[in-house]
Amino acid sequence: MTRISLTVDGASVSDDVEPRMLLVQYLRERLGKTGTVIGCDTSNCGACTVHLDGTSVKSCNVLAVQADGAEVTTIEGLATDGRLHPVQEAFRECHGLQCGFCTPGMIMQSVDLLNNNPKPTEEEIRLGLEGNLCRCTGYHNIVKAVQHASGQSEVTA
Amino acid sequence: MIPAQFDYLAPTSVEEALTALAEFGDEAKILAGGQSLLPVLRMRLNAPEVVIDLGRIESLRGVRDDGDAIVIGAMTQHATVGSDPLVAEHAALITKAVEHLADAQVRHRGTFGGALAHADPAGDLGAPTLALGAEFVIAGRGGTRTVAADDFFVDLFETAIAEGEILTEVRIPKHTGWGAHYEKFVRVAHQWPIVAVAAAVKVDGGTISEARVGLTNMGSTPLRARAVEAALAGQPATDEAVRAAAAQAAEGANPPSDLNGDADYRRHLATVLTRRAVLAAAGS
Repeated sequence: MTRISLTVDGASVSDDVEPRMLLVQYLRERLGKTGTVIGCDTSNCGACTVHLDGTSVKSCNVLAVQADGAEVTTIEGLATDGRLHPVQEAFRECHGLQCGFCTPGMIMQSVDLLNNNPKPTEEEIRLGLEGNLCRCTGYHNIVKAVQHASGQSEVTA
Repeated sequence: MIPAQFDYLAPTSVEEALTALAEFGDEAKILAGGQSLLPVLRMRLNAPEVVIDLGRIESLRGVRDDGDAIVIGAMTQHATVGSDPLVAEHAALITKAVEHLADAQVRHRGTFGGALAHADPAGDLGAPTLALGAEFVIAGRGGTRTVAADDFFVDLFETAIAEGEILTEVRIPKHTGWGAHYEKFVRVAHQWPIVAVAAAVKVDGGTISEARVGLTNMGSTPLRARAVEAALAGQPATDEAVRAAAAQAAEGANPPSDLNGDADYRRHLATVLTRRAVLAAAGS
């Protein structure tokens, strides 16, 4: 067992974990933060995307021990005072989802994309989200949602 | 899936890491950014007794100017390399290759040295480092040694890094003012390239005075397309001249055949991608 201390969605947590425990398992099974989902389990799909010290990572491809001392933000930490984050709001407005399984990862990656590039072109959005798969293939409305969140389009969904 | 159990060490200096490596030998596996290692551990394709995480060694991170070379610390994340102004100015081919390496999340976590030490023949960094004549600085308990790119890539997933050694930094000779392009052919987004070509050219008054061309996934290691380089020298940067030189791109290559394409398909692809890469690098 290895002792880790980190901040998750603004709260300090400390735990003894097996070194082999993945960050996504730690979030879901120890902290109950099931908003972050496991999709492909092969680090392809991006459904488990969270922010680690301010940048997006696939939490199935990070060990919990590697996050010792870090600050983690999950989909559950985006809303403030009961109000959705603008990107969450945009996904709802534009219906940027079908089954919704990829949505937590899509939103976390979209937030990261907009942090680096507040006014992305459609192509930059598609490239920026290339590590996130939607198996309903609902990409058009996801792209529209990111455009909407960046203040670049009207709601058309 | 989760990895088999292992002990975890997180040294804070290269010396400490080398001591741990000496103690555990081939029972240990080095963890850099983990973007290739963790999937392997999860699928239980490898089950080391000990994982030595280099992530807490600050001296292995960062990019610095060292006179005639740019030095990239082995644990520098791809995203950092990709946005570094020194790399963009003096080794633009690296910037271009990193830009479309894997996806954003992997670029935030994966490391320059980790990817090169992993030596996947479809990895995006082998061809550009080979083309630019990079040098690999490797630390062992007896001190450090420097290995030229031509000698670094030994075989499939095999490099000149010996047991008990750690890649600490990569020195890229400055190619200031050279045009550069990395042309990658993939079937679907964020996958390994079926074939990719890294090209850097020095153009003086419309004439290519010098060219460096590296090939990804055209054999068990990255390759230099030396016949193309020789054919390009002194030629005008025109479609016709570049097309003629690029026809020799697959000379001496021994590409794999797999579900993405057979060897002949890859040989043809190499000529097409070389033409595109060289023309884009030359800005024509």
